[in-house]
Amino acid sequence: MALIEVKDVFFTYQAGVEALKGVSLQIRDGEFVAIMGQNGAGKTTLVKNFNGLLKPTKGEVLVDGVSTRDVSVAKLARTVGFVFQNPDHQLFSETVEEEIAFALRNFGFEASAIEKRVTWAVNLLDLVDYRKTSPFMLSGGERKRVALASVLAWDPKVVILDEPTIGQDYRQKENLRQFIVQLNEQGKTVVVVTHDVEFVAECNPRVILMKEGKILADGKAKQILTNTSLALDASIVPPQISQIFQGLSFLGFPSDVIDVSEAKNLLVDRLRELRS
Amino acid sequence: MSVFEGFRFRHVSSPIHNRDPRIKFVFVIALFVVAILFTEFIPLLVLFFLPLPFVWVAGVRRQWLRSLRGALFLAMFIFVFNFVFGYLYKSYPSTSSLLEYSLAMFLRFLVLVESFSVFFLTTSPDHLSLALEQTRVPYEFTFAFTTAVRFVPVLAEEAQTIMDAQKARGLELERGNFLKRVRNYIPILIPLIVSAIRRSLELAEAMESRAWGVTPKRTNLYVLKIKLGDVVLLALSIVLLVVGIYVRYFVPIPQLSTFLPPLPF
Amino acid sequence: MAATLRLSVIEIKGLTYSYPGANKPSLQDVNLTVEKGEFAILTGPSGCGKTTLCRCFNGLIPHFYSGELKGALKVAGLSVSERSTGEMAKHVGLVFQNPENQLFALSVEKDVAFGLENLGMSRKQMRERVNWALKMTEIEDLRDRAPHELSGGQQQRVAIASVLAMQPEIIVFDEPTSFLDPLAAQRIFEVISQLNKQLGITVILVEHRLDLAAKYASHVLIMDEGKIVLDGPPRDIFNSERAWLLGVGIPKAVRLWRLLEEAGVDLKGTPVSSEEAIQYLKEALWR
Repeated sequence: MALIEVKDVFFTYQAGVEALKGVSLQIRDGEFVAIMGQNGAGKTTLVKNFNGLLKPTKGEVLVDGVSTRDVSVAKLARTVGFVFQNPDHQLFSETVEEEIAFALRNFGFEASAIEKRVTWAVNLLDLVDYRKTSPFMLSGGERKRVALASVLAWDPKVVILDEPTIGQDYRQKENLRQFIVQLNEQGKTVVVVTHDVEFVAECNPRVILMKEGKILADGKAKQILTNTSLALDASIVPPQISQIFQGLSFLGFPSDVIDVSEAKNLLVDRLRELRS
Repeated sequence: MSVFEGFRFRHVSSPIHNRDPRIKFVFVIALFVVAILFTEFIPLLVLFFLPLPFVWVAGVRRQWLRSLRGALFLAMFIFVFNFVFGYLYKSYPSTSSLLEYSLAMFLRFLVLVESFSVFFLTTSPDHLSLALEQTRVPYEFTFAFTTAVRFVPVLAEEAQTIMDAQKARGLELERGNFLKRVRNYIPILIPLIVSAIRRSLELAEAMESRAWGVTPKRTNLYVLKIKLGDVVLLALSIVLLVVGIYVRYFVPIPQLSTFLPPLPF
Repeated sequence: MAATLRLSVIEIKGLTYSYPGANKPSLQDVNLTVEKGEFAILTGPSGCGKTTLCRCFNGLIPHFYSGELKGALKVAGLSVSERSTGEMAKHVGLVFQNPENQLFALSVEKDVAFGLENLGMSRKQMRERVNWALKMTEIEDLRDRAPHELSGGQQQRVAIASVLAMQPEIIVFDEPTSFLDPLAAQRIFEVISQLNKQLGITVILVEHRLDLAAKYASHVLIMDEGKIVLDGPPRDIFNSERAWLLGVGIPKAVRLWRLLEEAGVDLKGTPVSSEEAIQYLKEALWR
């Protein structure tokens, strides 16, 4: 049974904008999914339906078999954690510790459990030195880690990250990528909403490509990000390695290359062939 | 947040919308002054119906009715208050005159609300800020007003995002007793305030970078020109004022009771 | 052969700056020269001081932000510490990261005119400048729109137009595409490149997304911990070991070249864009 089931969902905002026009999909326990598309395609609207922040205007969303219409957001949040794009929209506590404990208290954890989980989260996100620091004193990257820690602390089955790579430098993105991959390997269902194609190319997850409120394509990153007509249709820029191999496709190279190492190997083999 | 819908920029063009806000304001003040002059029912009734053609021409009937509905509660309160106290302290010769007075006060309040409502319903924020720029109001205040209006939809959206972010951490805004509910708004207010402060800093940087305060004599891209319609409206306002004063001091106003059958009390 | 005399528009020597109350300087002995008409990219890991340096170019530091500024800083021939930000604004424009927080007015036109109004320009001249700026950034059709209705990419173009209207010789862009998707980011880089090529405006672009921006640059500066650690043409920088160690966003094409090199394949040139990579690979693989 799928962990998250979206059944022909339509969603219209109060102002009249129809953001989702008949979306259906299933996400299984333990999957790693990237939801991609141009700004305004409906990505964030879709994932907000996963934790009940938005309820479908038409259609249904089932989380763990229960319709999101029948449960409060607080209850759904226990299963579906959502890390918002801007950590400053969440941070309000006096210390990092308090910030992480906030959700745990809301969910009714016992004091001893809270203490254990806060320690675990702080260690996981490398925030031990800042445990008693005010989150407002931290740098942008550190605040992002606090926000992430505060969501992981209650150990939700699903973790949704909305545009986690914005404003991050290369190193930070690398660390984040490794962290997310690790989370997924440990069994968490991870959903990343992003327009960062290079980031997705390095993780090679399942990609759901959206355009104007509909799902344009659903498959492996390798297949979707290298499909030039799809990329054009969805107004996304293919990863650089993919662009290079599209330009070399007339030489007989496979067209679905997105990984740098794979690219290197293909080229090295071809060059060796030529030399011999 | 539907209350903020009214702040959305709407390009409406009508003979009323296109009037210079300064002249419109003069008209509203004239209406206001004349309303204050009278405590009798009939002239106030006339004043109440006076802006109706403007409302109709500007096409803002629905919003106008909504604003009146909002004021109705307070207006009823004024009516009851005047009637009850007048009755208890026997400050009026007869009950029917007291009734008329209370009704007049009820109407007067509505006229005041109505006149300002018509002003704001037929003047878009940017038109208003332009008018402000061209008065003697120091630019800092006009700028503060314009920027505030410009950011209302942004702040509203941000407040919604913050609420979503905290709800997604298990915060329940609808549960609990009054005290708990108030405390639950702290996780909403603090990020909102911090964000507003950050935003102000960024705005200040941008302003400085675009030569804010270089010349005390700031120029303007647009200029509001007084057109024929504005002159007509100004004339109307003056006529209203003159007629109002004349009627108040020189024309005897019949009591409402002369038109109605004698009341049981 | 006569040497080409290149005018330097930015000259920085020994610049050191600490924010008030900070225990460590944000800028340490920065030295750099930028010549007229250059398209320079400024990059480096988070916290390296690039944003602080941007604020120095137009005088926000030291006039808006107090704190001690040491060293010599000359921009467009003017000494920044001795001129007000208002004066500097006529020569150096600054476009910020968040498009929403640099637009004040209720219509695009009014926003573009904001700086000119502040300078007390005549209405006729303002009209011309505004129309010109809107045309250069290709947003004439957005003239009467309200900023909140616009997309992030459109808002950034309005911000660029409002800075452009003041006709500065130098425009500094502080991570202007952070909040934009790659396609919108590409469009912004094209606009910036046009301003540089067509109008000769010196550009300083702070960016992490080198894969999209590197192909426009003639000069790359990398900062780390308040210092400039690498300074030169893009290809040289991308090949230097230091750049790799710093963890800067070197374009994938260059990474590929590195891996090929390590595997014993030495291809000529260093590609800064996918087009260049395709070109070089074609030459190597197709006889």
